[in-house]
Amino acid sequence: MKTDKTIISLDPRITREKLPETPDQKPLNELHHWQTFEVFHQEKTGDHHKHVGSLHAPNAEMALLLAKEQFARRYKCVNIWVVKTSDISRTGKEDEDIFETTPEKMYREAGGYKVMDRINKFKDPDKI
Amino acid sequence: MYGGGYIFEETKNGKPESEDQGKLKNFEAKIAAGEKIEPSDWMPAEYRKQLIRMIEQHAHSEIIGALPEGTWITRAPGFRRKMALMAKVQDEVGHAQLLYSAAETLGKPREDMINDLITGKSKYSNVFNYPAVTWADTAVIAWLIDAGAIINQVANSKGSYGPYCRALERICIEESFHLKYGHDNVVFLATGTPKQREMVQDALNRWWKPIMHFFGPSDKISVHTETLMRWKVKMASNDDMRQKFLDMYVPKIWELKLTIPDPNLKKNQTSGKWEYTEPDWEEFKRVINGDGPCNKERLAVRRKSEEKGEWVRRALMRQDEQYVTPLS
Repeated sequence: MKTDKTIISLDPRITREKLPETPDQKPLNELHHWQTFEVFHQEKTGDHHKHVGSLHAPNAEMALLLAKEQFARRYKCVNIWVVKTSDISRTGKEDEDIFETTPEKMYREAGGYKVMDRINKFKDPDKI
Repeated sequence: MYGGGYIFEETKNGKPESEDQGKLKNFEAKIAAGEKIEPSDWMPAEYRKQLIRMIEQHAHSEIIGALPEGTWITRAPGFRRKMALMAKVQDEVGHAQLLYSAAETLGKPREDMINDLITGKSKYSNVFNYPAVTWADTAVIAWLIDAGAIINQVANSKGSYGPYCRALERICIEESFHLKYGHDNVVFLATGTPKQREMVQDALNRWWKPIMHFFGPSDKISVHTETLMRWKVKMASNDDMRQKFLDMYVPKIWELKLTIPDPNLKKNQTSGKWEYTEPDWEEFKRVINGDGPCNKERLAVRRKSEEKGEWVRRALMRQDEQYVTPLS
């Protein structure tokens, strides 16, 4: 049997599949890359999960598979969460002022409570 | 892998002068203070537009850049090199995914970006329109093109747009393996038999021109980018990055007793700058606009992948799912 062994290109796909020399430059209408998920990973047991990025997937199961490949193929990772981007609620940029509170907050800090002076004076009223 | 230099085009609309001056002032003050801009922050239209263009070009470069090297996986000499090359190619495609996500946060859906690549509307790094003729070409690409990319990406990772910087930090860590792997391959050939040395010298001769093109046109002929520099979209001038690359890698090439095919290449001891034959920017323009040795086949392969994967994507798709812009 005779086969045509002419190498048209170094890319075997070009030679094997006889792709057109001038590709069709029309847009692809059927393109669909699914919805997006946000990915959180835990580097080691005991750590908080940390947001590391997002990806496209058709469902949570596929999102976990793709997240493992994308965010855990190199470095240590023991656990991954994926959450649909559309399921995340967040505060608005325009509402940043809701985080502004009174600047003086010593009443809610440990350092705001100093009792030794009073205790010492109570124990020994004659000493200054 | 590949930053691919900066190719900006001037846009007619969205000049900063037509923006809300109060908001613009806050935006510029934030950047000057070293703060990052996040997707939900106010930003000038021109900033958004140029960032989408730059990040998208970068993503396309990663995905197209995987093709010349990918074709060598089946022919890689030895099992370890095959494993390493597969890992590198997988990294590049992963980088494209990270970058597409970063560009999406600016409001351009991924489908639109893929379509703009396939129809030739979007650009990608010019170097991937050249073929990897022998195994030595893949070694030179992995070493020197990735080295150029690291210089570009380390600079960009200090830019102003949060999602892009975060993607680049992850990318840069992975690139360092590519660089070492490429250097190892070049050193192996350059210290080998006369035939192996000849092979790597040939590859260097072929790739020197694309390497010099890599950082983009000379500052003398580039579009004015002062605003983009102030906004920390562009982080270093094309010529400065080229100088930095030459400073770091020419000595490493020469120590292997390889020659660089440019008789005018030398370091001016007074100015401390490298002098070289001005790259052919006409050829650069011609190739980036579609007329290079491999432009057509790169796009044909990319189109085929999208078309062949379409039934899988559709089969897994749920009718009620809604695309949402990723958060950060």
